Amino acid sequence: MSMRKQFVTTVESVLAGDERLMLLLGDIGVFGFNKTFQTYPGHVYNIGILEQSTIGLAAGLAMTGFIPVVHTIAPFLVERAYEQLKLDFGYQQLGGNFVSVGASYDYAALGCTHHCPGDVGILKNIPGMEVILPGTAQEFDTLFKAAYADGKPTYFRISERENTESRAVVFGQAEVVKKGNQATVIAIGPSLKPVLEACEGLDVTILYYTTVAPFDQQTLQENCSSGKIVLVEPNYVGTLAHEVTQSLAGEKIMLGSIGVPREFLTNYGKAEDHDKTIGLTVENIRHRLEKLLAR
Amino acid sequence: MTTTELTTLKKLKQEIIKAGAAACEGHLPSALSILDILWVLYDRVLNVTPLTVADHDRDRFFLSKGHASIGLYAVLAKKGFIPFEKLPTFCGFTSSLGGHPDRNKVPGVEASTGSLGHGFPMAVGAALGLKVAKSPAKVFALIGDGEANEGTVWESALLAAHHKLDNLTLVVDYNHSTDRALLVGDLAAKFKAFDWDMSAIDGHDHEAIFSALSNRPKGKPLAVIATTVKGHGIKSMEHNPEWHHKAPKPEELAQLLEEAI
Repeated sequence: MSMRKQFVTTVESVLAGDERLMLLLGDIGVFGFNKTFQTYPGHVYNIGILEQSTIGLAAGLAMTGFIPVVHTIAPFLVERAYEQLKLDFGYQQLGGNFVSVGASYDYAALGCTHHCPGDVGILKNIPGMEVILPGTAQEFDTLFKAAYADGKPTYFRISERENTESRAVVFGQAEVVKKGNQATVIAIGPSLKPVLEACEGLDVTILYYTTVAPFDQQTLQENCSSGKIVLVEPNYVGTLAHEVTQSLAGEKIMLGSIGVPREFLTNYGKAEDHDKTIGLTVENIRHRLEKLLAR
Repeated sequence: MTTTELTTLKKLKQEIIKAGAAACEGHLPSALSILDILWVLYDRVLNVTPLTVADHDRDRFFLSKGHASIGLYAVLAKKGFIPFEKLPTFCGFTSSLGGHPDRNKVPGVEASTGSLGHGFPMAVGAALGLKVAKSPAKVFALIGDGEANEGTVWESALLAAHHKLDNLTLVVDYNHSTDRALLVGDLAAKFKAFDWDMSAIDGHDHEAIFSALSNRPKGKPLAVIATTVKGHGIKSMEHNPEWHHKAPKPEELAQLLEEAI
């Protein structure tokens, strides 16, 4: 099951036991939620294509005791309605959930208007905002159910690309996937798949983060004795470099970052085409890692 | 307006001027523009008291034009939501009474507004939530005509009409402050075209305000277009854009207080 289909299943399963949930669709995913509209009238709305007011409206719902879930394409949800996320939810300390599709350049064929590799970076600038990048559909389910009602604004980044296997993820905690001695590789969300392949046969630690805000500093501090780090992100390169350096403040470290470059990716095609062009590949991760290990 | 009301309003205007002068801050004419509307709301319309301020079924008021906060604070103080003695702390470093209101600091403030075009969409959401919850509570929002430049105002007008939010009333403080930038024209006609019920009133006539705000059309949200005077009640501030975001100097204070009606 894709993360997108899982989102439907998860919302239906939560709605079955929690009448506080209120789903607002930005005129996408409507077909998928057909049954939900019928089963839970008054709790599912195809609200229309007006992202700023939708976030404001969601804040009003939160003020009256509901738990809103807003769903649309990442750039419209995050970048167009950023001030509403910042003020209406962040500053006012209201709980709500924002579930995007179109991670980075998942909508490769549609071009830059539908790309959003900057979502994680700008959202983590909002104090109190939780940012989650599930690696698989099952992980989405686990993380959504863990965080949706915690009274905080929470962003869930649904991705077309997924890791091969689901892991026992815990909200707010990183997982030590593998212990090694020569370097620490940090994989964010769906980046774990290429990282695992790239690290085959190498004596390195692999840490897996699905929650990046709040950032689990402790797991990194306890698993970075080599001081050599490679950070692999599916979003803008180096987005979490600050979190890494803050976690290891005072330590001597070498940090390499791999991710989406800060430029408009003006080609179309498939997401995998962009991966190759920008070096988000097994080969490049391996190459960068070997270079770091040789230093 | 009764003699008591006149005395109360005059005192509130003086408190607003004094707070602005003490803080060297504030959008005083904007606060004066809406003071009569706020007074009628809290005195005769809203079903909310300091004791019911957290009740689920209380009526809610969203001051979307948050820069008029000192007007809201003055009325909240008079109605016992906050101590009157707090007003002189307006905009102080550790004061709870900021230049824009904060819902997490001030009892009775429903939303932290300031960036224009945010409070009204939140009021729409609150009205929808209360309707789904089958609450008898009513929701009121107040925007300025300048705020009506914002796209979210018209997005929210669409949303409220589409969802038939007849528990929602929007008051537009039409003091023509936006005329120098972008004309918003006949707002009553615009809201009518958006399928709202509407009424147009003198925003300083208490009976007209009460009558309009007590109206509860079935199946539609209500827009009350209130024609107001920016700086109302302080002669030298009225219709004077110079005062939009200016605090009285100490040597100006006595004269302004004397002008209050």
